[in-house]
Amino acid sequence: MATPPISRGFRGRDPGAKNARVPPGQHLVTDFPVLSAGPTPEPDLKAWRFTMADGESPLGEWSWDQFNALPQTELTVDIHCVTTWSKLDTNWRGVSIDTLLEAAGLSEPPGPFTLIHCEGGYTTNVPSEDLLDGKAMVASQFDGEPLDPEHGGPARLLVPHLYFWKSAKWVRRLQFLDSEVPGFWEENGYHIYGDPWREQRYDGD
Amino acid sequence: MTATEPSVVAPKRLQWMTASIREVIEETPRVRTLVLDVPDWPGHRAGQHVDVRLTAEDGYQAQRSYSIASAPDAPHVALTVEMLVDGEVSSYLAGEARAGDKIELRGPIGGYFVWTASLGGPLFLVAGGSGVVPLMAMLRHRAAAKSDVPATLLYSSRSFDDIIYRAELERLAGQGVNLVLTLTRTQPAGWGGFKRRIDRAMLESAGFAPAAKPRIFVCGPTLLVESAASALRDLGHAPQLIKTERFGPTGK
Repeated sequence: MATPPISRGFRGRDPGAKNARVPPGQHLVTDFPVLSAGPTPEPDLKAWRFTMADGESPLGEWSWDQFNALPQTELTVDIHCVTTWSKLDTNWRGVSIDTLLEAAGLSEPPGPFTLIHCEGGYTTNVPSEDLLDGKAMVASQFDGEPLDPEHGGPARLLVPHLYFWKSAKWVRRLQFLDSEVPGFWEENGYHIYGDPWREQRYDGD
Repeated sequence: MTATEPSVVAPKRLQWMTASIREVIEETPRVRTLVLDVPDWPGHRAGQHVDVRLTAEDGYQAQRSYSIASAPDAPHVALTVEMLVDGEVSSYLAGEARAGDKIELRGPIGGYFVWTASLGGPLFLVAGGSGVVPLMAMLRHRAAAKSDVPATLLYSSRSFDDIIYRAELERLAGQGVNLVLTLTRTQPAGWGGFKRRIDRAMLESAGFAPAAKPRIFVCGPTLLVESAASALRDLGHAPQLIKTERFGPTGK
């Protein structure tokens, strides 16, 4: 690979640069930036439903109260946004995908790929195995507080080992599929998998 | 390739390209435009962004995303960068960098927050601060493509001196762009524009009726984008026609 050109007079000073928890090309932030493609939907907890489906066949449906009655999990994890910020030790509470599958009477996902559907039509795709073994949850609390609508409240997916666009805000439905269907950003030039440690930002990375 | 032969084309990785700074334009006290020579530039669409990478002499690297300010039709790629407090990349690009310096680019990126003349209009652009940059690329493209779609830019700045692209916006206003400015902190004597943050009443009076189905692009700090996008939805604009891009701290 060619040696990158030196930008004369540039001296880095990001303290995250030497932190082994920060993936390549990322920098640390202490605030929590917001990125969404459109307006923030207004939460309506009475009408809120979370569903899972095997293709088009329903597997389970939970109201807000039913969802909150499921066993809750807490995760403290680092998150990495494709726009190059990383935030360490973020604290989340919600229901793991393992628990949701169990509540639907399943021992494993019925398909190897998952398409995640959200309020407002946003979608993202994740291999089903990336959702298992405590790696992912539907999160409804951040730092001990109900999740703000602008951060995805009432509930968002949390898949922290992938770039954060995969942790889709305002999640409403997990659809298990036999083949991989690219989601919204994945259709718009972003990587189909999105591993921050392999810097899989864009299609072809 | 023939029509009967399906082919799987592996996606081509976006390569880092070396760009030389050709010219530096002081836009405001905190904002500069870098006009670049990028020999292998593949072209872009208005609204797209690039990743910029800087390499220090000791090999340290940092990268950030910046919107492209230039129209696809322009001879040179231009980025407009606002200096952020403690911004390690923005303080270099908006402060230290000068003509002849080299940076790296990867892109263009993003296929969503994009407008091309063929998409038509009306076009309703809502900007706060340096959020005007990708919207300026759209207005420049509209002018270069000689598009006659009705276009409105509602643009919020802190003060008169913070208005980015002021002279060019005034020229565009003479070419069919409805330019609506609001200054939120200080206004010069005799200021005839708005003097408050963008709100629902301002969006309603400056913009198009929902029945006209304008394509709406909102870009700026998070709080502005959140409130403007929600107000636009409440006014009856279809959420799928409201495209947003946000930056900056949340104030938390």
